[in-house]
Amino acid sequence: MEERSTTISKLPRKKKKLIYGNNDRAGYLFILPWLLGFLLFTIIPMLTSLYYSFTNFDMVSSPKVIGFKNYINIFTNDPKFIQALKVTFTYALTSVPLRLAFALLVAILLVQKRKLVGFYRAIFYIPSIIGGSVAVAVMWLQLFGVRGALNSFLASVGIIKAGQGIGWTGDPRTALWSLVVLAAWQFGSPMLIFLAGLKQIPISYYEAASIDGANKWNQFTKITLPILTPIIFFNFVMQMVSGFMMFTQAFIITNGGPFDRTLVFSLYMFQKAFTYYEMGYASALAWVLLIIIATITAIIFKTSSHWVFYESKGE
Amino acid sequence: MQSKKHIKGSILYHACIMLFGFLMMYPVLWLIASSFKESSEVFANATSLIPKSFNFSNYVEGWKGFGGNTFGVFFKNSFIIVGISMIAQVTSSAIVAFGFARIKFRGRVFWFSCMIISMMMPPEILMIPQYLIFSKIQWINTYNPLIVPMFFGHPFFIFLMMQFISGLPKELDESAKIDGCNTFDIFIKIILPLLTPALITSMIFSFYWKWQDFFSPLLYLNKAKLYPVSLALKLFADPASQTNYGAMFAMSVLSLLPVFILFITFQKYLVEGISTSGLKG
Repeated sequence: MEERSTTISKLPRKKKKLIYGNNDRAGYLFILPWLLGFLLFTIIPMLTSLYYSFTNFDMVSSPKVIGFKNYINIFTNDPKFIQALKVTFTYALTSVPLRLAFALLVAILLVQKRKLVGFYRAIFYIPSIIGGSVAVAVMWLQLFGVRGALNSFLASVGIIKAGQGIGWTGDPRTALWSLVVLAAWQFGSPMLIFLAGLKQIPISYYEAASIDGANKWNQFTKITLPILTPIIFFNFVMQMVSGFMMFTQAFIITNGGPFDRTLVFSLYMFQKAFTYYEMGYASALAWVLLIIIATITAIIFKTSSHWVFYESKGE
Repeated sequence: MQSKKHIKGSILYHACIMLFGFLMMYPVLWLIASSFKESSEVFANATSLIPKSFNFSNYVEGWKGFGGNTFGVFFKNSFIIVGISMIAQVTSSAIVAFGFARIKFRGRVFWFSCMIISMMMPPEILMIPQYLIFSKIQWINTYNPLIVPMFFGHPFFIFLMMQFISGLPKELDESAKIDGCNTFDIFIKIILPLLTPALITSMIFSFYWKWQDFFSPLLYLNKAKLYPVSLALKLFADPASQTNYGAMFAMSVLSLLPVFILFITFQKYLVEGISTSGLKG
């Protein structure tokens, strides 16, 4: 790959541009599949959804435009919306940092050139590939159930008495945390991304640092962490967005309960739309969610200049 | 002395990682072990990873399925949906990726930005209007809502393949052009064969996502004989119905089997896919 890119850059600039010239017809022909899909399955649904959000559509009678009433109700008269926001923020803000912390820690352990590293990497990655499946949700429900393996383990080491454990997924105090643990368990993909990033840090940096007397911890905070900040940033944005979208696990393991303690936003939206058929209201919820996600992404991007370090900066 | 210390460190390193790795794998091992336990043993002996005797009756029981449909039907449905989706999604993505990566045309940057933004777009936002549209055109209880959108590419795969194509030397295209190839020939004869690793990576991810997809089948299918494995498993495990835990675990294990097989066979492609598409943004 290295060699290839140098040969490309050696080519005269002018020649590169002339390969196809301005070829509008061929260009649009090739991107046509995506372009059509984008219009049919993204733009048109978005516009439809925007329209419905200003109506009282309920699948039975034809939609009637009611102005901003849905949005006003969401913000002034909907305790479940507030609850869903609280749950979703708690979930995203705890599970994402936990997941990234595990990912970074394990990546640092696995970047060392030792035996079995490939095997370990596979082990830590497996939860990520199966994590979204129904099978894992079903499994989690049983592991953390009243008679599940966790309680059985706690009883065998004497922390609780046999048969007196709580149902971790069903107890209002712990239900959401059982979902957070499930999310943290799947740190495989950010781990792989961190691993790739760590491998690109030149060893000479660390050699120079240790000659200057820096210990391992200093090397980590002064070299590894700053260099990794763009990758941490990338992971953080992607994981936050997907954290806000969590649906399957909450739907299968807790179904929002008990007492709405795990009512994540997308589940609430789903219930409004497909249990109560309040399509207009649910569409408004979708747009509120989109605006929230866009705002959070914008905030992360805005603040990124304070903590994300780009090597080429200022040179 | 030095080497002794080295060995000690090495043992400590492997012990720590293995312990943590065991903890990580425990739920999966537990699931597999439980699928061989008798129903009465699953919770009586909850932490144990070794069943008293290996007993395949859970698999036989579970395979019978429900509503007159065996799991054979559900697996067949899943393979139909996933197979068509995978091929459609990867083929269309490759075509689009070539267009974006190798052809200059007006509006290219604009459309590319649209695609990147749509990558960040949560699919749940679109679920209501898409559902309304698909129900209007009578697509409920057909596979169309699950399959047809796959023919229009996926931004993630397009992006992954674009990265890959931009690493291929442009002299290839150039010399092919001199030899009289048109743009389409260059794509089919030159770029596509070289793109194989990226195609494989995309196919695996496409398989995973489609295989585990639970949300769209839940929305669009409500006849048991049409269910894919993911949805069947959920209904199989429904707390409302009387649950045979052993059978449920057995079918859960079976549903993960194709995922594991692919993972073991194509691990290299997966790791590369994630590392590169994640990094070069």
